[in-house]
Amino acid sequence: MEKSSSCFFSNLSSSLPITCFISFIAIILVRVLYVIYRTGKPLGKRAPQQPLSTLIVLGSGGHTAEMINLLLVLQKDRFTPRFYIAAATDNMSLQKARVLENSLADSSGVKGISAEFMQIYRSREVGQSYITSVWTTLVAMAHALWLMIKIRPQVVLCNGPGTCIPLCVIAFFFKVIGIRWSSIFYVESIARVKRLSLSGLLLYKLQIADQFFVQWPQLQRKYPRAHYVGCLM
Amino acid sequence: MGEAEDGVKPKRVVFVTVGTTCFDALVKVVDSQEVRDELFKRGYTHLLIQMGRGSYLPSKSTGDDGSLAVDYFTFSSSIADHLRSASLVISHAGSGSIFETLRLGKPLIVVVNEDLMDNHQSELAEELAERKHLYCSRPQTLHQTIAIMDLKSLLPYSPGDATPVAKLIHRFLGFPED
Repeated sequence: MEKSSSCFFSNLSSSLPITCFISFIAIILVRVLYVIYRTGKPLGKRAPQQPLSTLIVLGSGGHTAEMINLLLVLQKDRFTPRFYIAAATDNMSLQKARVLENSLADSSGVKGISAEFMQIYRSREVGQSYITSVWTTLVAMAHALWLMIKIRPQVVLCNGPGTCIPLCVIAFFFKVIGIRWSSIFYVESIARVKRLSLSGLLLYKLQIADQFFVQWPQLQRKYPRAHYVGCLM
Repeated sequence: MGEAEDGVKPKRVVFVTVGTTCFDALVKVVDSQEVRDELFKRGYTHLLIQMGRGSYLPSKSTGDDGSLAVDYFTFSSSIADHLRSASLVISHAGSGSIFETLRLGKPLIVVVNEDLMDNHQSELAEELAERKHLYCSRPQTLHQTIAIMDLKSLLPYSPGDATPVAKLIHRFLGFPED
């Protein structure tokens, strides 16, 4: 009798690390499933009544122009403070965002700007070899994590540049481990008529975005969970 | 469209833009005698090329010899003024250039860069061409497009609207409707 009980306890203590590990994994899995379940559900009663800190991801080419078009019609005083992030090699986007924020400050007469402008390392430059891209992607993820820890946004607005992927994945991760619940909105670029971009495909399939918007009806037919909103430009 | 006695033709500028990209194939073909002659035949007097990061340099021309006047530059902080003073725009298939031009109501020929990998840009150009908002072309067929184009048949493009998206976002976040 005593032998079996001591045997039981010794078995338990040797398997304790394993038990802890399995429990830990199980908790994470349950939490991930919960986040996926709640993703896409309007905040409703959970909606905070104060302004929401907002991360806005900019990108070269038409991305920034489209984003600015969207920002012009949002209720600005509800999305504040605003954090703009662009790739380190993108010179024009942050400048355009600064112009927008300056004109907002001028028209509202508010002194000082409740906006910050940051640059992030790119996972991969156009034409870069895929082998070196592994390292640069890791660097970009680490940089994204650093920035996200500082910002911890409640709202993420993005529309396609590759820079948004590390940021959205980390936002999802923050939801899982309870650091910050954010609402992630993705607007696929107007240039995507029949096929989603790689960023769009990832965020759609992984169900990371809370709301996924497309600008052409062909995409809405192909991706039924997307909202068709017509052309923004 | 004959010349007046004092030799002053109304200035009609063709503005070519490649945005922030490198699109030597377009700059080269626009600089070719074929395309220059075709543009001149259609009544254009000036050709201004924004060549971006390309390495091919077009040959300038004052047009004094009764041909197209040609000039070029690499970048400008805003091409809006050049677009506004153009009678015809020939652009790469970047969405920024396309919509900036369409919103100004300028006739547009979009030339798709076939050297780009994963050419999603052509989707947008083809869709808008199907809806008759612009002409779509490849570098090799540009002179034909110029020869046969009927700019009056193009339909004006009504600017898009971001309010549907904004409404959905506000509703999701629980903001009261304004």
